[in-house]
Amino acid sequence: MIKTRSSGRTVGGLRTLSLQAPAVSLLFLWMIVPLAMTVWFSLQRYNLLMPGMTGFAGLENYEYLFTDPALWSAMGTTLLLVGWVLVITVVGGTLLAVLFQQEFLGRGIARVLAISPFFVMPTVSALVWKNMMMHPANGVLSWLAESLGLPAVDWFSSLPLTSIIIIVAWQWLPFALLILLTAMQSLDDDQVEAARMDGAGPVAIFFFITLPHLKRAISVVIMIEMIFLLTIFAEIFVTTSGGPGLATTNLAYLIYIRALLDFDVGMASAGGVIAIVLANIVAIFLVRMVAKNLEN
Amino acid sequence: MTTARTKSLPSADAGPLAQRTPVLNALRSRKLWLAVLGWSIAGVIFFPIFWMVLTGFKTEAAAIAEPSLIFSPTLDSYAAVQGRADYFKFAMNSVVVAFGSTLAALLIAIPSAYSMAFLPTKRTKGTLLWMLSTKMLPPVGVLVPIYLLFRDVGLLDTRTGLTIVYTLMNLPIVVWMLYTFFKDLPKDILEAGRMDGASTFQEVLFLLLPLTLPGIASTGLLSVILSWNEAFWSLNLTSSQAAPLTAYIASFSSPEGLFWAKLSAASTMAIAPILVFGWLTQKQMVRGLTFGAVK
Repeated sequence: MIKTRSSGRTVGGLRTLSLQAPAVSLLFLWMIVPLAMTVWFSLQRYNLLMPGMTGFAGLENYEYLFTDPALWSAMGTTLLLVGWVLVITVVGGTLLAVLFQQEFLGRGIARVLAISPFFVMPTVSALVWKNMMMHPANGVLSWLAESLGLPAVDWFSSLPLTSIIIIVAWQWLPFALLILLTAMQSLDDDQVEAARMDGAGPVAIFFFITLPHLKRAISVVIMIEMIFLLTIFAEIFVTTSGGPGLATTNLAYLIYIRALLDFDVGMASAGGVIAIVLANIVAIFLVRMVAKNLEN
Repeated sequence: MTTARTKSLPSADAGPLAQRTPVLNALRSRKLWLAVLGWSIAGVIFFPIFWMVLTGFKTEAAAIAEPSLIFSPTLDSYAAVQGRADYFKFAMNSVVVAFGSTLAALLIAIPSAYSMAFLPTKRTKGTLLWMLSTKMLPPVGVLVPIYLLFRDVGLLDTRTGLTIVYTLMNLPIVVWMLYTFFKDLPKDILEAGRMDGASTFQEVLFLLLPLTLPGIASTGLLSVILSWNEAFWSLNLTSSQAAPLTAYIASFSSPEGLFWAKLSAASTMAIAPILVFGWLTQKQMVRGLTFGAVK
């Protein structure tokens, strides 16, 4: 018994190595080469508009960034955006998954319609929301408000971050729904039936059977969404360009402003390094917490 | 649920159904209520897409007029849009790059996820978390180095270059999702195969892949969608030869921003293929998980 186990482990170790090698080595290269270059650039004076002024800058770029109020505002915006969208999509997605799991007339089509926004390119959905939904004069929402006798809202100037959160949540709610609905398929019907026999109401069934069953799927949803939400770019680029002021400038957009609008490669790289560090801090807290659920 | 399928009911919509059933039993009214709720929510979520498709068939004047469902449809916007840029060239690039990168990512990720799920070591968890952390690099932070590298090896504006970027971009997510799906599979099944003398390769090909096919399909679907919709790298690494549909739509967004009908027509064409593909596959996916059979 012990013999097979120990020999199994060494064989397993070798197999693990060979099986994981392609993925791990490719990702390592993909990460380490640009990362090293980014760190290197971040220590340089490197502005494309000032070709004469190059050379080693030390921590100058970082010093400038950390004393720049825009950085702190961008960090706050990033966290607000990620947090709100996660709350909306996970809670909404779970409730919708329960709803669309029930049998009703035309359920298949209703499901397909509800999942559709996830297939729409971020640029397209941002353009549609900006022009056709949230436009202060001709948008559907302002028309709706007016027909109800309410004042029309100029979404992107009075509620800029809320508008972005609505658009992004609209895109990611279907993703949460899709994954959770798929996970629902493996829910044991007999278990639900047995609980019902024992007198459990729908609320009790949801909290004590459905929710624990969905735990791992919810973890996956949170993790995948978090990764994409931390680097949201297209929606901001198309709608508000980070404004008004810095109201909707998240970290990814701030780096973009520095790199591609100010042509300051050194500064942008320093911002990139900060973004990576921030992402990893968030990751350590959140991913670790979530990863615990994956063990069971 | 053990009740009869509702599909055989004669009525198509909810209103007349309520009137036509004199015996209002509790179950049916609950189903009716569910249908109304489900359809309303689905309708609200889908509305912006519906509206965009509708606007594409309007004239520019009708597009910015008071919202209305009644108008005389026209294909003018589609003709104008096609006259400016050849849609099919962009669409072909999108198809090749999205499916090519998904296939490559799956081929690289399956062995890796297999070993993580079934031959875990102390480092497995760390490797998984590290893989995810590579996704947290904001693309804009590493754009300059990647751009310079691609220029030097001649990968700028090529389908190959974009496919490589997308493969690597999606690899961590693909590994993660496959890992969670593989972990759901009872170990005994693979154990039994091993007892019967199956090699690792046979084990993966004949046992693991067929049993986790719905999971693999949903992972593949996700990867295709993410590649299809990715805008940052495609805009920065391609110009004319390998530009996919995201570049196509970007070319309409700025100058035509005020022309809602044309913008809607171009947007509809850009999302139509992936939307139809998504509709077809999601049905298989949500219906198909058969883990119950092996538990």
